[in-house]
Amino acid sequence: MSNLLWIFVGAMVVNNFTLYYFLGLCPFFGVSGRLIVAFRLGLATIFVMIITSLCASFLNAFILPHAPYLKLISFIVVIASTVQFVELAIKKLSPALFRALGIFLPLITTNCAILFLALTQTSKEYSLIQGLVFALGAGSGFTLALVLMAALREEADLSNIPSVIKGTALNMILAGLLSLAFMGFAGLFSAA
Amino acid sequence: MSTNEITPEKMYDEFVKGIWKENPVFVQVLAMCPMLAVTNTALNAVAMGVATAFVLIGSSTLVSLLRHHIPKQVRISTYIIIIATFVTLADFSLEALVPAIHRELGAFISLIVANCLILGRQEAFASRNPTRLAILDAAGMSIGFLFAMLCLGGVREILGSGSLFGISLFGPNFEPWVIMILPPGGFLMLGLFLLLFNWLGQRKAARAAAKDAEGAHA
Repeated sequence: MSNLLWIFVGAMVVNNFTLYYFLGLCPFFGVSGRLIVAFRLGLATIFVMIITSLCASFLNAFILPHAPYLKLISFIVVIASTVQFVELAIKKLSPALFRALGIFLPLITTNCAILFLALTQTSKEYSLIQGLVFALGAGSGFTLALVLMAALREEADLSNIPSVIKGTALNMILAGLLSLAFMGFAGLFSAA
Repeated sequence: MSTNEITPEKMYDEFVKGIWKENPVFVQVLAMCPMLAVTNTALNAVAMGVATAFVLIGSSTLVSLLRHHIPKQVRISTYIIIIATFVTLADFSLEALVPAIHRELGAFISLIVANCLILGRQEAFASRNPTRLAILDAAGMSIGFLFAMLCLGGVREILGSGSLFGISLFGPNFEPWVIMILPPGGFLMLGLFLLLFNWLGQRKAARAAAKDAEGAHA
């Protein structure tokens, strides 16, 4: 049980996918303009991650031992089809959210965090349950980073900032400070 | 085939634009994940840049050759599978040829699949242009990406470890600026580079405006 807890906490804050491994930066900078949209994209990403983790477990158990060179190709196909499914579901359930997410919804496919999740789960040989917990932790960590970033950016929009630093340069420096703060969690594991 | 002629000037333009004017990292702000994750040393940055160049040029060539045969509805999936094939090739070749670097780069070689720069070039350029132009465009973008990787990797290694390509620069008395090789340093350094490019862009625009005003007076 404690093992599962550590997998969750480790993936969520200590080795946060976005701020520690630099994964999923495109949506991290692209969708963090508005808090509520950022949160919903985070939820969609968690969902895709969990399905991907599930499929990756099955692929690892049944197919990849026979054809290791298909690893990347099969993972990316699984991710692309899950994203397609989520896209259809969101379009049906909430057209407003569908418009707000725009291009970033199909781009979940090229969110490297999800592919990295499947690859890490494979290389660490997680069981089905461990994999699911890992996916949930990683997804929550991504959502946390995205929401924090969106909150910072909403604040920054109201401040008086020189025009030369506005935009991506400022976001990048904000992310650097956020990442600096997250380094504080690195002590958690050695303490355990 | 294409209706307009392929002149040498056009070929040159398509090649050069990726290096500076439309630099994939500093101007288009694409491909940031590998950009930040593997630029803690200059050598890693170069290895990653070369692997990305191989995948980008390979898949652009293939996509451009097949562009009349790929159905529109499944084009993105087709591109992804073509890219994944080239990445698998690159992954296995690096593992066989330079195992040390392959270990260092870890999963990031596989993650080239999810590099938005590569997919973006297929969708925006290779799928609508003749093969010769697609190869040149891919080569230009690759050089631009490699250049950006080298800038960031070089600066981070010099400040963070006091060396370049593993060769010590400042002697034993240098106190390394460790934060630069850690994740926050990557974000901050790229932020500063983007700031520099913004500033250069604004200065150029201001100069052009000043010149126009002068011209109007005269």
